[in-house]
Amino acid sequence: MAHNSYKKLKEKAIETALFLSALSSVLITIGIVVVLSYESFGFFKEVSLKEFLTERQWTPLFAEPKFGILPLVSGTLLTTAIALIVALPLGLTAAVYLSEYAPHRLKEIVKPILELLAAVPTVVYGYFALLFLTPILQKFIPDLSGFNALSPGIIMGIMIIPYVSSVSEDAMKAVPMHIREGSYAMGATKLQTAFKVVIPSAFSGIAAAFIIGISRAVGETMVVAIAAGGMPNLTANPLEPVQTLTAYIVAVSLGDVPHGTIEYKTIFAAGITLFLITLIFNLIGFWFRKRIREAY
Amino acid sequence: MVKELKAEVKKLNFYYGSVQALKEINLPIERRKVSALIGPSGCGKTTFLRCFNRMHDLYPHNRYEGEITLYPDNINIISPEIDPIEIRMQISMVFQKPNPFPKSIYENVAYGLRVRGIRKRAVLDEKVEKSLRGAALWDEVKDRLNHLAFDLSGGQQQRLCIARALATDPRILLFDEPTSALDPTATSKIEELIIQLKDEVTIIIVTHNMQQAARVSDYTAFMYLGEIVEYDKTDRIFTAPSNRLTEEYITGRFG
Repeated sequence: MAHNSYKKLKEKAIETALFLSALSSVLITIGIVVVLSYESFGFFKEVSLKEFLTERQWTPLFAEPKFGILPLVSGTLLTTAIALIVALPLGLTAAVYLSEYAPHRLKEIVKPILELLAAVPTVVYGYFALLFLTPILQKFIPDLSGFNALSPGIIMGIMIIPYVSSVSEDAMKAVPMHIREGSYAMGATKLQTAFKVVIPSAFSGIAAAFIIGISRAVGETMVVAIAAGGMPNLTANPLEPVQTLTAYIVAVSLGDVPHGTIEYKTIFAAGITLFLITLIFNLIGFWFRKRIREAY
Repeated sequence: MVKELKAEVKKLNFYYGSVQALKEINLPIERRKVSALIGPSGCGKTTFLRCFNRMHDLYPHNRYEGEITLYPDNINIISPEIDPIEIRMQISMVFQKPNPFPKSIYENVAYGLRVRGIRKRAVLDEKVEKSLRGAALWDEVKDRLNHLAFDLSGGQQQRLCIARALATDPRILLFDEPTSALDPTATSKIEELIIQLKDEVTIIIVTHNMQQAARVSDYTAFMYLGEIVEYDKTDRIFTAPSNRLTEEYITGRFG
């Protein structure tokens, strides 16, 4: 009897511990959202939403500060777009190869190596962009400034290939064999089967992979902080220096901006903008992933 | 009437790696008739069917021995010198579970033509309509050809797969238990269709359902443990089988 109640108590304790650890991550997330909202609320008491969204300059540290978020958003979107132009085709091609062509043994070797790309610290990628890729690119593009959007964009693209390829490959592998056989039985080649049947069948998974890649690029900090420059610049020209939302946050956090000032609050305004952008992409990705499960 | 052969299987052996799945199979395939392959689960009937369109070539370590001669051109289907894609261009297959592609109804039927490089809209339109009519599906889908194939019911999807297989004018049409995932109404529609189709194309059907074999086929081969135990006209197999094993199977005493 005593033994039994001890057992029950132990069960209860374990259950409580599990619940608390699950709760902690939820609470931390809520905490972040609350702090972000609170501090940016303070920001928006001093700067109108209209100025924030329409002003074309972001110079909060100047004597005559301007608070237009657009240059940072454009810097983020520009580097992200370059990264995607690199990562989506390469990641998808790698996934097609791994899922449809690679012999099993080769795949066992190639896949971990590819995933190792994701394990390299991003600061290493940042210096790789600044000190290795930019000088090479400058040989071909003389106009390219030392800090620019192009080089970190390309490096970020390489960095997110494994995210794109690994999730896309999982989606392609999940396409049932009898669907492929249907295509082969019609006299289709491997290439035709991969592109006309397997990719469309895995479409929602591949779309989810793309979204994960986008979120990753939008949120990436080190590479752009190091190699893109530190100047908010409303431009679509990849050869110019730009500053992303993340790089701005890093730059100001490391500086000596006094607590509670409007300059300080700009971090949170940039932060909530970043949060909303990644949230939107994650929601789209979530919606696609939910659709994969319904497909078969 | 002189019997005309569409294909002839001679001393066929088939191996999954080191496991022999088919043993010394000899079988004539009559032109424009329905030949049924029956037998208990695991007897090799599906394995045998998949030799005809070289589906086994998709997986490693599979090996054929012997001959399946396709008439009138006298080519050996399973010869390593013959490209399996060439064979699949001439011999179509309908699978156990409907497996439409994630495309429109129209594009599903046009698939085989597209992979053959046919792009002319008029040719595609004509073939798609003819094949859908051939598969008794045209009237149900003619107003929504650009809808996704997944919108169709299971039975309709299977008829769509038949239309897809017909679109390339195959010389032999292979059916691998085509009604095992369907309800009785859908099943009888497919069976009627098979009987109609034999006027135009030679059919081989694998079925675990003996009544189905009796209803649709002209000839039946009873397989057991990778061998053909008995082959004859369907009505003879079901009324007066000469082998005791066949008799026990068709009367439901084993299998």
